[in-house]
Formats: sequence, C-alpha cells, structure tokens
Amino acid sequence: MATRKIKIQANKITRVEGHGHLALRTSEGKTPEVRWEITESPRFFELMLKGRPWHDAHVLASRICGICSVSHQFASLAATEAAFGIRVSEQTMLLRKLLYVGEMIESHMLHVYILVCPDFLGVGSIFPLMETDKDLVLTGLRLKKLGNDIKELVGGRAIHPQAPRVGGFGLLPDEQILLYLKNRLTEALPDLEATVKFYKKLRIPQFTRETEYIALTHPDEYALIRGSIYSTDTGTAELDQYMDITNEYCIPHSTAKFARHARESYAVGSLSRININHMQLNPLAIQAAEELGIHPVCCNPFDNTLAQIVETVHEVEEARNIVNQLLENGIAEENFPVEAHAGRGIGAVEAPRGLLIHDYIYDGSGHIVKANCVIPTNQNHANIQHDLEELVQSNPDRKNDNLRQLCEMLIRSYDPCISCSTH
Amino acid sequence: MKPRVAVFDFTCCEGCELQILNCGEELSDLLSALDIVEFREAMSESADYYDIAFIDGACSRRSEISALRDIRKRAKMVIPIGACACLGGVNCLKNYYPMDEVLRSEYGKNAEYFDTISARPISAVIPVEFYIPGCPIVKKEFIRVVREILSGQIPYQFNDPVCAECKTAGNVCVFDKGITCLGPLTRGGCEATCVTGGATCWGCRGLVDKPNINAEKLILEQAGLSEDDVIKKFDLFNACQESMWRLEKSKYKLTK
Repeated sequence: MATRKIKIQANKITRVEGHGHLALRTSEGKTPEVRWEITESPRFFELMLKGRPWHDAHVLASRICGICSVSHQFASLAATEAAFGIRVSEQTMLLRKLLYVGEMIESHMLHVYILVCPDFLGVGSIFPLMETDKDLVLTGLRLKKLGNDIKELVGGRAIHPQAPRVGGFGLLPDEQILLYLKNRLTEALPDLEATVKFYKKLRIPQFTRETEYIALTHPDEYALIRGSIYSTDTGTAELDQYMDITNEYCIPHSTAKFARHARESYAVGSLSRININHMQLNPLAIQAAEELGIHPVCCNPFDNTLAQIVETVHEVEEARNIVNQLLENGIAEENFPVEAHAGRGIGAVEAPRGLLIHDYIYDGSGHIVKANCVIPTNQNHANIQHDLEELVQSNPDRKNDNLRQLCEMLIRSYDPCISCSTH
Repeated sequence: MKPRVAVFDFTCCEGCELQILNCGEELSDLLSALDIVEFREAMSESADYYDIAFIDGACSRRSEISALRDIRKRAKMVIPIGACACLGGVNCLKNYYPMDEVLRSEYGKNAEYFDTISARPISAVIPVEFYIPGCPIVKKEFIRVVREILSGQIPYQFNDPVCAECKTAGNVCVFDKGITCLGPLTRGGCEATCVTGGATCWGCRGLVDKPNINAEKLILEQAGLSEDDVIKKFDLFNACQESMWRLEKSKYKLTK
C-alpha cells in the first residue's frame, strides 16, 4: 500500500493586529486544506462592561482596540446616548466626524504602508525600507502622522482620546487649531497623489470570489458614524435588527466568533463600503478609484487595500469641508446635562475595518446590565476562510511556500483587527 | 554590535505597540542605535535572543505563562509596557467572576475549548527589570527610557502623583468642576494628559509608591461618591490592587 505524506503546518501571521494562524494541511496529490485559526487571548469585554457606570463605558470600550479606539468610543457613546434619549449638537457631530476621519486616515495608512507594502517590495517589514525607499516610507509616515495629529488636536491624544464624552466634548479645538489642520490637510494632497501613483504600479493578485457585502448607508453622506445597515443581498435593515444580520457563532479553533447572514459568509470594511456607497464618494476619490481600477461592485478581496487608499482621499477632502464648516459656524462652548435612566441603546459606526455595533442595556441608576459588541473583523473571519479555500483551489500549481505567502497576503488585505475581534 | 530589541504582545489591545510605531522620526533615529529583531505586529522576522524584550499586554492564559518564561530565558532585560503589562489593567475586571463563568459568558456550551485564568501583570509571572506605565504609554517616555538604557543609565521612574504635573499644566482642578479624579494617587509622568485633554484621571499608570489612599477616599466620598462608586472608579485600571483598597477602607472614618 502506498503511503501518502501528510504535512500540517500552522504559521502565525505577522504584520496584522492580533494573533491568528494559517494552518495548511498538505498531502501528496491532493489540494491542500487551509484553515484560518484565531488564537488571540480573549479579554471578555462584554462581561467587564457589566456594572460600569455610563460615564466610564466609553473609556473602557475604547480599550477594546488600540488602532480603532475612536470607533469603539463613538459606538459606545452612541449606544449610551440612544439609551438615554440624548441628541448631540451639530457641532459635536462635526467634531466627532473630524476625529473619526483622523482615525481612519491613520489606520488606513498604517495598513497600506507599514503592514501591506513590505509584501510588494519583497521585505519582512518597513524598517529596511527606511534606507532603500526612504521617500516612499516618509510619504506614508507623513500621512499616518496627519491622522494622528488630527486625533491629538481634536481628541486629546492619538490612542484612546480623552476629549469625547457622553453628549459632547470635554475639550474644544480653537480657531487656530482648525486653521492649522486646514493647512495640513491641504498639504497632504501631493502625498495622496504619490500613494495612488505608487499602488497603481503594483501587481495586486488577481482573484475574485463573489460574496455578500454589508456596510452602513446614509442618504446624505458616505456613511461613517451614522446610518442604517445595508446588505448587497437583502437591502436595508434598521439598527435594532442587527442580530438578524450578524448571527455570530462559535467554532472550536477560534477564540473570536464568526458571523454569517444570507450566505455562508459576508464581508465588511473599505471594499464593502465602496461597493455599497460609491455614488457618494467625492470627485477626487472617484478619480483615485478610476486610476486604481476599483470599479464597484469589486469582488477581489486583495483590492481592499486599494479601497482604503480611495477612502483616504475621500476622507481628507471630507475633513477639509468639516474644518471649513466649523470655522464658518465658530466653535461654541456647550453644556450637555446627562440624565441616566433605564433603557437599551444601540450604537453603530463604520470602523476602519467595517461595521461596528455596541448594544447596551442600562438600569435605572445608569449602570450597564448587559452589553454586546459586534466587531468588524468577527464578521470578516468566515469570509476570509471561504476566500482562502477558493484561493488554494484556484492555485493548484503553486509551491507550498509561495501558496502560503499568497494566503498570508489575502488575510492581510482584510486588515484584520484580531484582538478587537476576540475582545 | 547594536542591542537587539524585541516587542511581544499578550492580552491587550496592542495600542502600546502602535504607540511605538507612532514615534515616527524619533523611532527612525533610534534605529541607528539598535536593531529591532522581533515585532510581530510590524515585521515578519523573528529571533532567538534579545537584549531588551518589551512586553505589551497582561497574562491571562496558561499558555502565556510558558511563553513569558521562554522570553525571560532569551532576554537580558524584560520591560513591560502599558497598563495591561504593568498592572493587569482593565483585563482584571473579569477577575471578579469565577473563570468558568467568564468563559461561559462568551462561549456558552463551547466554553470547554477555551482557556482563561485571572488576568495578572507580567511581574506576577516573571521578574522584570523596569516598567513603562500608561494606557497607552507616552511616546516621549518610551523614547527617553530607551535612550537611558542605551546609555547605560538606570531609567528614571516618576513617583510624583499626576496632580503635580496637572498644576504645572495650569489646569483647574476637576474636583472644583464637580468631577472626581484619581490624580492624587496616580503615578505621574503623563503630563496630566487626560485632565488637560478635557477629562479626568482614571489611574491608568497605577499608584505612586506610597499612596495616601485614605485622603483620596475622603475627597471622593465628600464629592458624593458611594462606596461602590469609589471601588468602581478605582478598579477600572487597578482591579489587581483592589484588595488593598478594601483593607484600607476599614481604618478610615468619614468626617463631614
């Protein structure tokens, strides 16, 4: 009887946020089997939120993620505000959007330059590129710093900003800060052009798998911090129906939950947002999409990185508009008394990696009784697994190392935020 | 040969690692004086031994205990960074519940597949040489500590409460605005960034060496906080030290 050599190799994925393994099971003459395993240490945030007072909830929720702390704060604040029936002012909404744009620019540029770029230049990290491709690295770091500076000037600091609170902001930027930001945003345009030009030249792996795309959508804007849920399979749903969409489930080899809706998996994130809301992108972003070859509906998951560049172009322009509007309106000191009472509130935002939901139930004294958080990367895990399976099947001739590298690049293209997804 | 530096992450949000990447220009200056040999969040390479191992995150699984011991064997110097690694941080809020209940709360009937233990700081598992506190760490402090180590000094550890820097920053005391604060007890070095940033001190850098807990408790209760509020305020980042807080409480009598 002939023996068949079977080899199982699980490698940790580097240059992503958090801990995940790519397990490849190869046996001679057979298509390799592939499995996406989440090994991240769970922190049990839903349990930790239980019993917390309303004014601390967003402070704790922020700690779910170091990269998208602003998104978690905003989803948390929106949930608390919905539970207490608080409507925030136009000024607060504009400042939140501005702070949010800062996070998205920083997060996207971190992914585009520090996490993904080394793959295309044949190195293991950005560090050697600081010598060989200095201009490129500096362009990326400048854009990333722009995002951080917006967060610092509007929110207090870049990670876990302190200024946002239930109902408004504890600290307001003055006119000088806004004028400075306006300049910085204008100065960023050549760097964005350079980014588009550089990525246009790269050979993004060609692979398509049609799937369901889900994102927030809003009639007035490219939805980021408000809207209702839209699925390319089933259309619009209101926020309180989110559980019917996300359907989280456990699997033994993942400390993070998986999710499914109309099919075996769905995708969230930049590519989903562009696939759903591309009509609301501004002209500069549409031009960037055109140059990068992003034509919605776009079903190549590797294009998510390009979609992030398109969104960054959109967001920089958007931030300039917000700053102009704030300058025109003038910044006003606001009072926002909060009256805690029993109730449930759901807050949803588009974190850089996709749809993020916080759902809290409060008791009469303003303490959380029950919390549920649905994280973007949770929703992508099943889609990553199905993409990996098809990617392996459609590349029968690739040698193992080469196949593994391609699989890693696929996982990376989703910009997974794994600690977040395990929370 | 340049010192070999590694960065590891355990149970955390990886925000402190991101702070290192946020150091930008100062980081690229440092790169001329050291080699980063392992940093999973930012690079594919790994290494066998390190002169300095920075550790982000708390220990909250059995597998993390052995991983930490392994790092200890390979590293000349181990430095926890951030509230999770230095104090256990927010992770310790789960320690109020039995661990099987913790697992069931998230995974239901699949709880048996997963592992969790009471969250603890790195120093509870392996000896450490120094620590850089904060949630997240302060970029300036990180760069300073690395420079001091590279030049052969014992790095300076702040031991003044946040209040000292808060006064220097010219802030109005938040107690005067009707907000409560842990600044009087909390280790400074953050330039009182949270109060300056329009909020209050949540105690993320841990306590100063000899905290005057009774005085803090007095002002919190005078500000109208109940016993439960006081503990909740304190344990957000310092739940690992919460037992100390409870013990001290009995010695104290509230005077109105």
